Amino acid sequence: MLSVRHLTKTYRAAGEQVAVLRGVNLEIAAGERVALTGESGSGKSTLLHLIAGLDRADGGDIRLADKLVGDLTDAGRAELRRDRLGLVFQQFNLIPSLNVEDNLAFQARIAGRHEPAWHAELVERLGLGHLLKRYPEQLSGGQQQRVAIGRALAVKPLLLLADEPTGNLDEATADQVLALTRDLVARTGCGFLMVTHSARLAATLDRQINLHAGLIA
Amino acid sequence: MSRIIWILAVLLSHWRRHPMQLATLLIGLISATALWSGVQALNQQARSSYDRAAAAFGGARTPMLAGKDGAAFPQRLFTDLRRAGWPVSPVVEGRLQIGGRSFRLLGIEPVTLPAEIGNAPAIGKGNSQAFIAPPGQTLAAPETLSELHEPEGASLLASNGASLPPLHVQPQLAPGVLVVDIGVAQRLLNMPDRISRLLVGPAKEPRLPLETVAGDRLRLVAADAESDLERLTDSFHLNLTAFGLLSFFVGLFIVNSAIGLAFEQRLPMLRTLRACGVSACLLNAVLLLELVTLALAAGIIGLVCGYLIAGSLLPDVAASLRGLYGAEIPGQLTLKPQWWIAGLAISILGALAAAAASLTKAARLPILVAAQPQAWQQQQRRWLVIQCGVALVVLIAAGGCLWFGDSLLSGFAVLAALLLGAALALPALLELALSLGQRSARDALVAWCWADSRQQLSGLSLALMALLLALAVNVGVGTMVETFSRTFITWLDGRLAADVYINASDDARANEIRAWLGQRPEVQAILPGGRAETEINGAPVEILGLPDHATYRDHWPLLRSANNAWVRLRPGDTGFVSEQLARRLNLAIGDHIDMPAPGGNWTLEIVGIYADYGNPKGQVAVNFAALTRRFPNIPRTRLGLRVAPGEIPALMSALQGKFGLDGRNLIDQATLKADSTRIFNRTFAVTTALNSFTLGIAGVALLTSLLTLSNSRLPQLAPLWAIGITRRQLASIEVLKTMSVALITTLLALPLGLLVAWCLIAVVNVKAFGWRLPFDVFPLQLLELVGVAMLAALLAALIPALKLSRMQPANLVKVFANER
Amino acid sequence: MNDRRLISRRVFTGGAALLGLRPRHSLAQGFAGLGEKADGFAAVVPGKIFSFPEDLGSHPDYRIEWWYITANLVDSSGAACGVQWTLFRQASKPGPEQQGWASQQIWMGHAAVTRMDLHRFSEKFARGGIGQAGVNAKPFEAWIDSWEMRGLNGLNDRTVAPLELTASGADFSYALRLGADRPLVLQGDGGYSKKSEREQASYYFSQPFFTATGRITIDGKPVEVSGQAWLDREWSSQPLASDQTGWDWFSLHLNTNEKLMLFRLRQNDGTDYASGNWISPAGTSEPIAPAQIKMTPTAFTATEARRLPTAWRIEIPTRGLAIETTALNARSWMGTSFPYWEGPIRFAGSHNGMGYLEMTGY
Repeated sequence: MLSVRHLTKTYRAAGEQVAVLRGVNLEIAAGERVALTGESGSGKSTLLHLIAGLDRADGGDIRLADKLVGDLTDAGRAELRRDRLGLVFQQFNLIPSLNVEDNLAFQARIAGRHEPAWHAELVERLGLGHLLKRYPEQLSGGQQQRVAIGRALAVKPLLLLADEPTGNLDEATADQVLALTRDLVARTGCGFLMVTHSARLAATLDRQINLHAGLIA
Repeated sequence: MSRIIWILAVLLSHWRRHPMQLATLLIGLISATALWSGVQALNQQARSSYDRAAAAFGGARTPMLAGKDGAAFPQRLFTDLRRAGWPVSPVVEGRLQIGGRSFRLLGIEPVTLPAEIGNAPAIGKGNSQAFIAPPGQTLAAPETLSELHEPEGASLLASNGASLPPLHVQPQLAPGVLVVDIGVAQRLLNMPDRISRLLVGPAKEPRLPLETVAGDRLRLVAADAESDLERLTDSFHLNLTAFGLLSFFVGLFIVNSAIGLAFEQRLPMLRTLRACGVSACLLNAVLLLELVTLALAAGIIGLVCGYLIAGSLLPDVAASLRGLYGAEIPGQLTLKPQWWIAGLAISILGALAAAAASLTKAARLPILVAAQPQAWQQQQRRWLVIQCGVALVVLIAAGGCLWFGDSLLSGFAVLAALLLGAALALPALLELALSLGQRSARDALVAWCWADSRQQLSGLSLALMALLLALAVNVGVGTMVETFSRTFITWLDGRLAADVYINASDDARANEIRAWLGQRPEVQAILPGGRAETEINGAPVEILGLPDHATYRDHWPLLRSANNAWVRLRPGDTGFVSEQLARRLNLAIGDHIDMPAPGGNWTLEIVGIYADYGNPKGQVAVNFAALTRRFPNIPRTRLGLRVAPGEIPALMSALQGKFGLDGRNLIDQATLKADSTRIFNRTFAVTTALNSFTLGIAGVALLTSLLTLSNSRLPQLAPLWAIGITRRQLASIEVLKTMSVALITTLLALPLGLLVAWCLIAVVNVKAFGWRLPFDVFPLQLLELVGVAMLAALLAALIPALKLSRMQPANLVKVFANER
Repeated sequence: MNDRRLISRRVFTGGAALLGLRPRHSLAQGFAGLGEKADGFAAVVPGKIFSFPEDLGSHPDYRIEWWYITANLVDSSGAACGVQWTLFRQASKPGPEQQGWASQQIWMGHAAVTRMDLHRFSEKFARGGIGQAGVNAKPFEAWIDSWEMRGLNGLNDRTVAPLELTASGADFSYALRLGADRPLVLQGDGGYSKKSEREQASYYFSQPFFTATGRITIDGKPVEVSGQAWLDREWSSQPLASDQTGWDWFSLHLNTNEKLMLFRLRQNDGTDYASGNWISPAGTSEPIAPAQIKMTPTAFTATEARRLPTAWRIEIPTRGLAIETTALNARSWMGTSFPYWEGPIRFAGSHNGMGYLEMTGY
């Protein structure tokens, strides 16, 4: 389903070339849950961003759902994200002016595949029923991240990409959120790639990959 | 499609959560559109009525033959010319008194009237038999009918007892114009077999040369695409337009700051949307759609407001135009569809212009936040330097315009460049002032205040620029209006030297009155007066006869004069010219002018120049006796009286009783003065009103900027609160800071405003109206304006400060907990 | 309502119509004026004794009147051409003529030149009472603006010759000198020309024996011309019956030096009222009884949504006349305020020659 080959990425910072990714190879099968670990600056987030089409690679290729992400135009990559991917970030990235219900639904709506039954199930499984009319600023961190995960899964993506989803949460909440995510991923059967620096959380997934100095260790 | 609507819904949800911001944006757009379109409506209304006036059978749009000296000529010339192949049509024109009002009476000949004259009244098209054959018709605009309180079909009676044909409505006519058949006009105006001018049609037949037929009695006046009224009033409309434009830009300042803030606040939203699969292209399109939708909504409201503004200003505009140029504007606003379309377009274009920077940023928005150091200071400094450079260039351009320009347009260019340059330089000047303050501060908190104000500068500078502009223009216009009104009143005192003015119905009556007055002991002097009309270079000029009397010698105000000017006036070979005429013809003391007069040109040496405020025509003043020698036919019906103080009311009521004179032909000085002052106060009523609007909008701009800033200032304020400064203290500091920045701005606005006033008085007024006023400064007025500005700043600062002082501590704590 | 209805011969009859500058609209108006009684105007009655030069001048007591010249000419290259010059007078109200602008007289002039390849025309309007247009009997002079028909020195009242005729439009002008050696000819019955079986009639005389020489200028190019010309003088107060829709009028110069005037008034019911005069070379004029005249259109020309009979067969068995006429230029359409067709024609058959045809009400 996801196949990353010889992926390279270099940033220019303060006049110097910094090679972040130096030929990364990665395969994720449908429904597989993978943790991507590595120390700060190892290129975890960069890899995730490249897979999501949020940034362009310098070399190598990413094949997602039989499409080469690098060949797609901006609109094509946007379409891929919209229809095939779910994204969860550390900062929650909810839309502050939409209430919980609308935040949950908007990606599915924009994608044109809003399913009320699935939406209701998500609400229930994520325990958001009593929070639907609230705005993000009125929610706790854990609640916000549950909404973000719900939004990402509302489109029933092929692959859920999460970048330190629990980085802003305390340990107990983090465990709870991750457990919910695992359940829902299993329920939808989508793949799951989570960037984390926590070995403990990584251990709860099917497979761990460690990125070190721009290469999969 | 539904995707677009969902994205739009997400974008719009921002406004639902920030209604104040939406209100700001809409207020900006609405006020910009309203003022701009209001002014346009006024201009359009006036222009269309000039068109009607010009189209009224041989305005300047048609070539014509006129008498050499502008006088009427024998009808025989008309038939002679027709028989010589000239496609001419005769017109008789004069003024007719009906019910105490003076109307312009036009006599036309529909059979020969060139068909091309007629986007003008549809005479000759089907119904001319009714027009020609007895009883005939008197064509008049609907406004004229309602002014006369007469229904269609009524027969008017002129003051001289002659009756007019039944009234017939002709909407294309200008108000105040009556059109009758030529034969009827000749009878009404007592001009048998005489013609005022001949319209020349376009027919191209062989024709004899004009001189062969008419000798030198007629001259050909070429067609002019622009009517006289249009040319005369151009300056007035330019004035209006300039103010409309200023308000428009001040409105756009608000729009710009509201959109800019909304954009900054919506950045995370935009990024999330992109991350969730909205392509950059689609997102930009929807952002544009959102903006256009808002602009349309605001545009419609703005147009309605503009209509109301125009409607409420119209009476003043009409009064100004009538007083200044004798132009008749109907009091009912009628607008063309183009006006609505143009108004909406200007609203959308304005919104796009104001949002250009934000939209460009959005278009280039990277999804991923690049970690950039907060280098606001360097950035701001760079901006200030660039802006300062631009300001310098613009100011130099202003100087260039002032030095080399010689037109009203260049006058406005000077003003615009001056204001723009000053506005651009403002942030740098403020920065300078604040950093000086910061350096001189001893107390840490005070130093922080200065520093924080500096940091706030970039967010506030647009609003402060708007405030600067509005204040400067207010100072300028206020000074000009005040100067004008004082000069005018002084001038009027000198001009209206006689105590009582009489205008008798004819010469015989005037003689009777004079004889009677000669026996009244309280009458100290009888001063005859008279005027003749002539043309110089095709423009109408009045010749005023001044009796050789101490009343005039002592009081009549002269701006410049040769030695012994009054003595030299006696023989009749010298004259005074009005300031307008002197400027138009570039005349100075000692120059000579040639005026057409019945017995041949009258050459006068100029020995004086006098102010003649508010007269659309040029004027020449000569000795009264000389005037009656050169223009023997002028009516000698005007008399001015010097009367012993206290005897005036008695004398007037005696005159009323004895000679049946009423308010129209017998008036005392005080009433005349009051009337004139009233008319002239209205002249600047529009300017003053637009001016206040502009200041109001600038106040709103300041308020909205502060409101929007206040939200983003919590991170700066929270640390201070944390180190033990109460919310109340913080709020007071905020108010103080705003006030001090506003004060600096206001103080900078004062000299700028005086510069603007000087420009208005010395450049714009001279070009627009033909007179120059002495330049005075009115400190009290300036103080008042400073007060108003500070009040506006206080109000604007108070609301966010109150919000701050009542803020829950939790919100301040959040700053630390949830660093954005 | 059918607005292509008859105006009078020579177009100009309708009371107020003249002032309306929209032809169609005013035509109906004009017709309405026509149907009115001649109340207040002088009536046309048989037995009038004509007197000259007085009857060359205008008759303001009558509602309408015209001075009408048509000329069949040949230029120096031998090409045929025609010239028309017409002055109409109309009174909008009966009663003594008012002076100055109050005059109830309105004048209209038409001028045209026609060649095989072109037809140019122009029109003029003027109010009476001020000298812009008018007619003097002695010295004879008829004018509107710069157009003139003027008696030259030694004008003979019986022949109305010699005359000078001038007119100009934007793209043409002409000046002709007309001479004649035979006296005026009275049309109808001693100058009383019946226009219907009822009382409609006019006073009518002609000078069909004019010879013409002069110059026509078209687009700035002058050309010398010569030929024959025909003057019609007619006045009336009510020349048409209300059911008459238009007419066809011929003035023919026969090669035998005889002249023939013929007209046919078309009526609502499809019948015609035809009349004419046969004029001998000596100038003797004999009326032709309506029943003896047969006029039949043989070919039509379509112009501007109208269909006009521009070729005719004319038969007058009692005179042994059977001719076919053709137009010099079938598009001799006068697109004036009151539009009509008027142009030179040629004919052949029992007699040969040329003349002018006028058709109104199409």
